[in-house]
Amino acid sequence: MSVYYSEDHEWIEVEGDLGTVGITDYAQGQLGDITFVDLPEEGAEVAKGDSVAVVDSVKAASDVYTPVSGVIAAINEALADEPELVNTDAEVGGWLFRVTLSNPSELEELMDEAAYKTYVEGL
Amino acid sequence: MSDISQFDDELGLEPIEPGILPLDAWHRAHGARMVEFAGYMMPVQFEGILAEHLWTRESAGLFDVSHMGQLYLSAAEGAEVDLDAAIEAALPIDLATLKTGSVRYSLLLDEAGGILDDLMVTRWNTGFYLVVNGATKWDDIGTLREYLPDAVNLNHLDENALLALQGPKAAEALARLVEGDVALADLKFMKGASFKLGGVDVWISRSGYTGEDGFEIALPGEAAATIADLLCAEPEVKPIGLGARDSLRLEAGLPLYGHDMTPAQGAVESGLIFGVNKRRRSEGGFPGAARVQKDLAEGTARTRVGLVLEGRMAAREGAKVFAGAHEVGVVTSGGFAPSLKQPIAMAYVDAGSAAVGTALEIEMRGKRLNASVVPMPFVPNRYYR
Repeated sequence: MSVYYSEDHEWIEVEGDLGTVGITDYAQGQLGDITFVDLPEEGAEVAKGDSVAVVDSVKAASDVYTPVSGVIAAINEALADEPELVNTDAEVGGWLFRVTLSNPSELEELMDEAAYKTYVEGL
Repeated sequence: MSDISQFDDELGLEPIEPGILPLDAWHRAHGARMVEFAGYMMPVQFEGILAEHLWTRESAGLFDVSHMGQLYLSAAEGAEVDLDAAIEAALPIDLATLKTGSVRYSLLLDEAGGILDDLMVTRWNTGFYLVVNGATKWDDIGTLREYLPDAVNLNHLDENALLALQGPKAAEALARLVEGDVALADLKFMKGASFKLGGVDVWISRSGYTGEDGFEIALPGEAAATIADLLCAEPEVKPIGLGARDSLRLEAGLPLYGHDMTPAQGAVESGLIFGVNKRRRSEGGFPGAARVQKDLAEGTARTRVGLVLEGRMAAREGAKVFAGAHEVGVVTSGGFAPSLKQPIAMAYVDAGSAAVGTALEIEMRGKRLNASVVPMPFVPNRYYR
């Protein structure tokens, strides 16, 4: 099991060909209080870089881009009633969707935890 | 983009740096996240927009609005000028009914009746004190200078800071700290007076932009940090950022200049006709009077309305509004209302779709959100009358 990070502040935890995607703790801190999360449909085919979800905060709406291509396998139903989970538990309970990877080699273009930490410090 | 920046490089041009206001260091020391707004670095939030919003509705919030323009109009020394008449020729305000120490909402209109700004006008003993929007203040000064005769002096009080203390506990907190000829408790909504606050001479008016009871405090910039400390030492008071200021004013049904009113709209369609005082509507004699009178007589094609949305997805500025298949309007402000726990919006819609109760749809990211027209304010005002 490995976790990767994108420059757009998504994380993806991969087990076999299944990836779980969310936004990073840094990203939720930047967005502020989250009031609604618009999630993709299960079964939707998505390509790396597509805007597949939207996170609404009090102030603004922000796109979430899938860091890998594949098919949406699940969405986090808990966020319908508790969108604030993305604030309080961004990198575990506040996950957004699961995706069955169609091209695992795309993971090589993402950062590991140490590289992402350095990236954020440079912002 | 690349062409423009290349051009800049060749000319050695540098971007204009945002202005720094008197409380800049104070905000940073209190954990504010700073953003550029209206040409200044301003605090967008301290502990978080939701918490700050709700704190203001239940206790008292301190807002730094020093970016706003504070102007003073007076007769030039020795000049034979009727100051009231000169200002009435520039603004659609009835000064005959504005007593010393009273505050009135007014509009700065262009010759075609479009809204250049909204503003507060207070009669002082020797002249008039105006508060205008930060982003428009330089243009306003130019417009007023053009509208007013040379015998009227226009001073920009740019050494002043402006603080707003807003919320149901603002009065009890502030009353402990001020001394004046009038008791703070006797100051009613839209009245102002001079006070001593922490030993500093300040002008306090009972007004604001949150829908709550509250005060706006004009004071010398160099005293702003001391006074902010003094106010925040009261248990009811916390500093509040621009983010919550926006969600509070939206719930209060108060329009935001540049979004909910622009030069494209007149006083009637924007629902701000109360900014054109009654006597002036019939008499005219101010820039844009013909448009105001025509719109009052004939109505306008569109009008500003409040919308409450179903679900939790917020509508944002620019979203199209539909009645069935017909596009009938556009959202000018929208967001999640923390006190109502649901999304709300302001929109301009066709007159036929503006009645309270009308079911409409808002297009957001390819989806249609159900909305209905409701009266504003969304949250009841609690002014001290």
